[in-house]
Amino acid sequence: MAQITLKNLAHSYYPNPQTDKDYALKEMDHVWQDGGAYALLGSSGCGKTTLLNIISGLLRPSHGRVLFNDRDVTDAATAERNIAQVFQFPVVYDTMSVRDNLAFPLRNRGMDANYIKARVDQIAQMIGMETMLSRKAQGLTADAKQKISLGRGMVREDVNAILFDEPLTVIDPHMKWELRTQLKQLHREFGHTMIYVTHDQTEALTFADKVVVMYDGRVVQMGKPEELFETPAHTFVGYFIGSPGMNFLDADVQGNRALLPGGESVDLGAEYAPAAGKVQIGIRPEHAVLTDGAGLPLTINRIEDAGRHRILRGEVMGTPLNIVLPEGQPVEGHARVAFTPAKINVYADDWRVAPLGRAA
Amino acid sequence: MEKTQNNKAWFLVLPVLVLVAFSAVIPLMTVVNYAFNDTFGNNEFFWAGLEWFDDMIHSSRLHEALGRQILFSAIILSIEVPLGIFVALNMPKKGFWSSFVLVVMSLPLLIPFNVVGTIWQIFGRTDIGLLGHTLAALGIDYNYTADVLDAWITVVVMDVWHWTSLVALLCYAGLQSIPQAYYQAAKIDQASRWAVFRYIELPKMSGVLLIAVLLRFMDSFMIYTEPFVVTGGGPGNATTFLSIDLVKMAVGQFDLGPAAAFSLMYFLVILLVSWVFYTVMTNMDRSASDIPEEL
Repeated sequence: MAQITLKNLAHSYYPNPQTDKDYALKEMDHVWQDGGAYALLGSSGCGKTTLLNIISGLLRPSHGRVLFNDRDVTDAATAERNIAQVFQFPVVYDTMSVRDNLAFPLRNRGMDANYIKARVDQIAQMIGMETMLSRKAQGLTADAKQKISLGRGMVREDVNAILFDEPLTVIDPHMKWELRTQLKQLHREFGHTMIYVTHDQTEALTFADKVVVMYDGRVVQMGKPEELFETPAHTFVGYFIGSPGMNFLDADVQGNRALLPGGESVDLGAEYAPAAGKVQIGIRPEHAVLTDGAGLPLTINRIEDAGRHRILRGEVMGTPLNIVLPEGQPVEGHARVAFTPAKINVYADDWRVAPLGRAA
Repeated sequence: MEKTQNNKAWFLVLPVLVLVAFSAVIPLMTVVNYAFNDTFGNNEFFWAGLEWFDDMIHSSRLHEALGRQILFSAIILSIEVPLGIFVALNMPKKGFWSSFVLVVMSLPLLIPFNVVGTIWQIFGRTDIGLLGHTLAALGIDYNYTADVLDAWITVVVMDVWHWTSLVALLCYAGLQSIPQAYYQAAKIDQASRWAVFRYIELPKMSGVLLIAVLLRFMDSFMIYTEPFVVTGGGPGNATTFLSIDLVKMAVGQFDLGPAAAFSLMYFLVILLVSWVFYTVMTNMDRSASDIPEEL
């Protein structure tokens, strides 16, 4: 078990990176605490897998260092790091039985045969494959194979960290939920540092204590799910977390008011220093309320029924705006929308600006 | 919709039937005819029944040729298959050098068989050949026209030079289809190099490898041109393989009856072995996909 520190880490797949664009990972400094359950969230191609492979040692970073506790492992081989990793698509050793597949990492480390047997039985029970242990792995279904991969990732007890690279992509939704619960339980039981890569926010928010959001090769925010929801550090986090994502309106922030292009203004609930660049205010669809007096003029385009709530798709002065309507709220007769002042965030050039007198 | 019955359509396949008849069926039937008859020319045939087959089955000459043939196929398979795998494992996986190596590897496969024979025939000569002359200069007594072992070594090395590329290229294709994640998982699991080969690379290559073995077996079992050009079947009968013996019998001695019986049996042996291979291969495929899915 280890605390993982990334020091000035950056990676480029080009031999001579010139501009920022050449970097798959832009310089970052982060500490992943020992025993934490982290979810690494981001859209495809944002560098999640690159970061994971750097931590596990499959890839050597072109810049910076990786530390496990106080030990510099940047140049250490994967085996030396004692890391487990589960990949997006199932990797099983076809010619081996399910039992041998699960025992493989232990045997390679020369563990005692009795211990291996006990441990394999325990893992098999966890992934629900006790009855299939003697079968050849070849010809199993994709989700059975992926369960074996997961089992192989978890079979070693002494690993420094377990990395999951979108491991539940090929598994059907019901099983997904069950396996995720098991992973979570396993984490509570053994306290391994776990890093879970996904582009599914539900998966990230249910699995992790801390969610790390990546965008364009950068870690844009690392925080608890509530933090990501209430105070997204970057407009991408706002878009990406929540369904539908955060609404953004171009504005000119002056003191505690945001002036919108149409001459309307919005109360921000806090004082802001003058910000430079492209300034926007962001408000969650959950914190926008239909009114008939105060607020901004609203054009309603359509209303979608999402089961437990309805989503109103509309426009405010030409900018699309979504509102989550509570159950039973009538729409007729409301032509304006108001925002809860305390829930409004201000962004300059996509990064959140903290209000004066309050820390970010 | 009512289907129109028009038997005239059969005439459309007639050209193909005629073509196949002239190119395959009629020649084969001629051979069958010779195998069951005796002839002294002038198109006069006397029924011989199974006599030629009986002769051939008990012919020590054929037994010896068959023995040499099996030995030759066994030797070249046991060299070319492991060597081909080894070469494939060490070929560059991408970039300029991978294309370069692929082209170089394909070259021997593109050379006509009799040219390959001629190349090695000259290469091995002690007076003007690079190999023969060098060996002679080193004081090694090498002469493929007089020494049985030298002749065998030459013929085997020539076949290895000519055909190992085929095995290597097929294996290379098999290796290229293995997703990177397998190698990464093996690293995470701390698999040794041997384990990676045994549990990842070999299983993924097994399909193409079986095809390679089948092709090399069939080709080597029917080999004619190259050894004929290099050694002419000699010294003595030391490198007289089945095809060479067959040609000697049919064209050299003009023993058409025995030769025809011989070729039919030869054909059946190859057919049988190919069938066995085919069955094994399809069974392997089935065992991979036919297991009932319990989940």
